[in-house]
Amino acid sequence: MTTVTEASPPSPPSPPRRKAGRRPGGGRPRRAVDHGAWFLVLPALIPILVLSVGPLLYGILLAFTDAQSGRTAPTRWIGALNFRDLLHDTLFWESFRIGLVWAVGVTVPQFLLALGLALLLNQDLRLRWAARALAIIPWAMPEVVVGIMWRLVYNPDAGILNETLRDIGLGGGRDWLSGLATALPAVIVVGVWAGMPQTTVALLAGLQNTPRELHEAAAVDGAGAWCRFRTVTWPALKPIALAITALNLIWNFNSFALAYVLTSGGPGGRTRLPMLFAYEEAFRYGQFGYAAAMGCVMVAVISIALAVFLAGRLRGGDDA
Amino acid sequence: MRTSTPARVGQYTALLAYLVFLAFPFLWLVSTAFKPPRELGSLHPTWVPKDPTLANFRQAFDEQPLLHAALNSLLAALAAAVVAVLIATPMAYVVARRRTRLAKAVTGWVVVSQAFPFVLLIIPLFLVLKNLRLINSVPGLVLVYVVWALPFALWMLAGYVRAVPPELEEAAAVDGAGRVRTLVSVTAPLLAPGIVATALFAFITAWNEFFFALVLLKTPEKQTLPVVLTHFIGAEGVADLGPLAAAAFLATLPSLVVFALIQRRITGGMLTGAVKS
Repeated sequence: MTTVTEASPPSPPSPPRRKAGRRPGGGRPRRAVDHGAWFLVLPALIPILVLSVGPLLYGILLAFTDAQSGRTAPTRWIGALNFRDLLHDTLFWESFRIGLVWAVGVTVPQFLLALGLALLLNQDLRLRWAARALAIIPWAMPEVVVGIMWRLVYNPDAGILNETLRDIGLGGGRDWLSGLATALPAVIVVGVWAGMPQTTVALLAGLQNTPRELHEAAAVDGAGAWCRFRTVTWPALKPIALAITALNLIWNFNSFALAYVLTSGGPGGRTRLPMLFAYEEAFRYGQFGYAAAMGCVMVAVISIALAVFLAGRLRGGDDA
Repeated sequence: MRTSTPARVGQYTALLAYLVFLAFPFLWLVSTAFKPPRELGSLHPTWVPKDPTLANFRQAFDEQPLLHAALNSLLAALAAAVVAVLIATPMAYVVARRRTRLAKAVTGWVVVSQAFPFVLLIIPLFLVLKNLRLINSVPGLVLVYVVWALPFALWMLAGYVRAVPPELEEAAAVDGAGRVRTLVSVTAPLLAPGIVATALFAFITAWNEFFFALVLLKTPEKQTLPVVLTHFIGAEGVADLGPLAAAAFLATLPSLVVFALIQRRITGGMLTGAVKS
């Protein structure tokens, strides 16, 4: 809330310290913005505060209550009881572990594949346009459709995957999504496919920002392809690569729709991501307080991971 | 730079492998959508339907209220896109033009909001909307979508604003144009393409959204397309493959078309947002 007050220049008690951050030499237009700032900012700020920041704080409060859906008795404050129960909830920690495996399992191969594709698209190749066009498809598709589509691919009888495997003599006939051992890897493949375009586009943008002259200079000096990648391409790409990887890890850890449509968390909970677990807890069993506590734990873990990541990035920022 | 022939061959092989990987699930979806039941039951599925049919599409419309669901999706996505862009554009302007703490706080919030597990947001929203009697209603969903689309809209729009040189506005001011006039007649026209791209992007995200719709919409006549699609998958996970594929294919077409139109602008907008902030 304090930031809001500081945004309004006419409010008198603004010490010079705050003004120091402002860019010097504001001509007339900038002052014009100053006067209109409140008017311009409020339409978005109110919904953000009422429907996003507010509910988030409310959600954190709920985690300390016994809130349930459809209960007549009033909701009570129960302190950290939900968190204590959560600590002993082996199913939750199992889903947490699956969430981590899934997040890393999708993000890492996706990054490597996307890097390869971005490097290819950065070359003068004939089929480049086709790859660019195709790369749109996974991005534009609703996640539900992506899930349905891959169910058709994985279908044990009528699916193309088993048929292709039979054709090249690798057996086939597997029910990929129902197998205890194959379900999570099968879902991970879908996750990799679905997120390829965004990662590729981000990396491609990074590549196009690297100056061509550096490459040519390195080539003249006799540097091989790998050496050029290591000394010229990668340093320029690193900031974008780190940012997109961090975001991908978070998004994947929080993802829901793909696993919901592909397996609904099955078989035997092998693909029950934390969000699926929390969703069931909240909207199938009505345990709002408990599910909110799960959300808090997820936020806490993500925040810590993000903080560690950002600290690392700041340290690594000198050579980038 | 010259590339040797073996390297070229390697590059094309790799590119081809990518093309196959990216295309084959979608081609399979299309193929399945046009197959008659006899071919779907075949133990040796083929890529091209021998006897293509539109029966799956008809059956899909008979089984589920697809048209109604598409209408709900269209309403929710349109309303969300228009409202989100209307309220995000002025704020994006302030964020892009001024380096105040508010601008920094907004940018920070944009990043942080990407990290929310939605469950922490949806439970309180569910309770709030329930008290407002907005559960199981498209307007209730629109409220959620607007807020959900805001961070990204702000991000993209701020990038577009930065691309408009402040000198142009200063020049207009020197010529005697007032603040409002400068914004309306100088800045807004230059921003228009970016605003349209952002709105279309918000439209697609809302059109594709599943989790909030699943939680907030209870009865079939209120549900959006992604939620209705999951009804084709039976309780035991057994699905009528043909109609499932047909419905899924149809649900993708609008976003594919829109996306193809604005793809360049989206990536451009994201990148100016990402690089310059």
